[in-house]
Amino acid sequence: MGISRRNFFKILTAAGASAATATASAHAWQSRAPSDPYGCLVDLTRCIGCRKCEQACNEVNHLPPPERSFEDLTLLDKKRRPDEKQFTVVNRYYSGMIDERDQLIPTFVKLQCMHCQDPACASACIVGALTKKDNGAVHYDVTKCIGCRYCMVACPFEIPAYEYHDPITPRVMKCTFCYERVAQEGKRPGCAEICPVEAITFGKRSTLLKVAKERLKKNPGRYLSHIYGEHEVGGTCWLYLSAQPFEKLGFNKLPSKPMPQVAETVQHALFSYLWSPIVLFGMLSGIMWSSRGKGERDDSHKGGAQ
Amino acid sequence: MSHHAAPVNRKFWTPGVVVLGFLAAAGLAVVVARYIGGIGYVSNLTTARPWGLWIGVDVASGVALAAGGFTTAFLAHVLGRHYYEPVIRPALLTAMLGYTFVVLGLLVDIGRSWAIWKPMLHWNPNSVLFEVAMCVMFYLNVLYVEFIPIVAERFKGRVNLPGAFSVLNRALDGLLHLADRILDKIMWVFVIAGVVLSCMHQSSLGSLMLIAPTKLHPLWYTPILPLLFLTSAIAVGYPMVVFEATLATTSLKLDSEMKILAPLTRFTIFLLGIYLALKVGDMVIRGTYVYLLDGTTQTNAFLIEIIFGVLVPWLMLLFPKLRQSRRWLFTACTMVVGGVLLNRLNVFVVGYRPPISEAHYFPSMGEILTTVGLIAGLMLLYRFIITYLPVLNKPEQEVTA
Repeated sequence: MGISRRNFFKILTAAGASAATATASAHAWQSRAPSDPYGCLVDLTRCIGCRKCEQACNEVNHLPPPERSFEDLTLLDKKRRPDEKQFTVVNRYYSGMIDERDQLIPTFVKLQCMHCQDPACASACIVGALTKKDNGAVHYDVTKCIGCRYCMVACPFEIPAYEYHDPITPRVMKCTFCYERVAQEGKRPGCAEICPVEAITFGKRSTLLKVAKERLKKNPGRYLSHIYGEHEVGGTCWLYLSAQPFEKLGFNKLPSKPMPQVAETVQHALFSYLWSPIVLFGMLSGIMWSSRGKGERDDSHKGGAQ
Repeated sequence: MSHHAAPVNRKFWTPGVVVLGFLAAAGLAVVVARYIGGIGYVSNLTTARPWGLWIGVDVASGVALAAGGFTTAFLAHVLGRHYYEPVIRPALLTAMLGYTFVVLGLLVDIGRSWAIWKPMLHWNPNSVLFEVAMCVMFYLNVLYVEFIPIVAERFKGRVNLPGAFSVLNRALDGLLHLADRILDKIMWVFVIAGVVLSCMHQSSLGSLMLIAPTKLHPLWYTPILPLLFLTSAIAVGYPMVVFEATLATTSLKLDSEMKILAPLTRFTIFLLGIYLALKVGDMVIRGTYVYLLDGTTQTNAFLIEIIFGVLVPWLMLLFPKLRQSRRWLFTACTMVVGGVLLNRLNVFVVGYRPPISEAHYFPSMGEILTTVGLIAGLMLLYRFIITYLPVLNKPEQEVTA
């Protein structure tokens, strides 16, 4: 018993010491966010809930025809989430504000992938099927995907959906930021192009932040002074302005620390250059070498000990 | 220590085996349905709850409860405590089958089963899951290699294939001799590699959830989650050996092996103690004890996990009297095994709360049948292998306790 206990302690101390040094010397986590991505600014005070963006999205991305027409606004009576058949949905919220005719003023909220600057899904993806592109899009490459759905576990916005009813070749489905349209055809995303009230502004993220801040400055009473997406999870390419508190509109409060930071810091501290398995292998070989034959001698009096 | 493993001399088809066969067949039927109608057809998995029972039990718990393999190999081969060698083969078999069924479970769970090889080609070193997958893949092969000598021992010089295959007899026999001879020299590499790979992916399984700080309940979300997973896996190794040995020796009416199992669990006092200290210390430092009495499902699951899965069995093991009683030892070890199982289930299913949709999840009948079927299949294969290969110890002339 003595030997093994001593050995256990030896191992623990050695492992602990080396882990401590490695953690201290490991490089600090660095963001891999693109420096000048595109984005969209959604002004919730402008949105009229016409669902034109949903329709445009459906057409541009060749999604299956909807069960109910895009003109049917009664769909707004229920809260919906983006899913494998619709990359974007608009929900209606009543905050209790009323207009001059005592009618409740609705706030419409368009939901889609936020295209995070440091996306959790891309960090999580086992095969790198999800990647952050320089133009801002979080892009999905179905040819690499194995369908583990770790991206869906990781996403703080619960966006990636899955074709659960396809038995052999299901895909992860989410807003593409109209990647090809933007990158190759130089067009705006389908939703941003069609919006009749310019609730969605497409442009460089840095420009959009300036525009947003200007709107805040020029209309002090109209907006809350919070640009959702500026700092949330380290920044997202989709940004929101609102008159109502975001928590009341289905947005969750998120830390400003990028989602992958803790996981990647721990992972790289433990395994960069495979230092820990190599050290452990060496240590165990040493122990095995030094303890060879010992056990045999030990056995005689071992059996009785409890 | 003279011990000798031998095939179990019992007839294979017992009523228990037949029941296992039915359960496995039921699971298989669901798997067939899954490949016809899709994952959505047999499961309750959704956008907000992409991981459920299959990941929590088949994969995460499967890996954790196969820890008996590397912990016993470490004790007997690395530390040279040959006294414990009799438990190595059954533990190795459990680990080998455990990991095989982890992979089978994964094949059912991942959407594109046929693409399971793709991580070998497309690497994402930032992904915790990538590292887990690589380690599991290598470790599964290590386990197969470690098992070869057992096959060789049984069939060396006795290869006797029926009919047309008999032409292969000599070649196969030569191969077995060769493998046995080479492996004898280099087995230490595989033994150590097995321990290293296990430490890597046992801990990384815990790191998996670090990516979702807003979703995992604070009682479980901690930066030391990988350390908790590693220490709990190491701690559950020997109790799992006891659990499984007791079940096997009871159902097959073999020696109880208490003179090995009882001292083995003395290590567990120390190992489980570390885990308990880390878990409680983490809770105190992060101040998450404020949740303990709020009566939610998550909190209650946490309390059950830590009290009945860690604290009580740890206290039980402290008493030599209880350790030497076969029944009490089995009870304590079963509680430890259940505690780790519940922990994995808590981290991946119960404690996972999507904050926006607040979607609830309860496994469907299809999911439960698949999991039960996989476990039954594993037990069947275990039973089959111990019947034909020298894994369990030959009964000595000893009165069972």
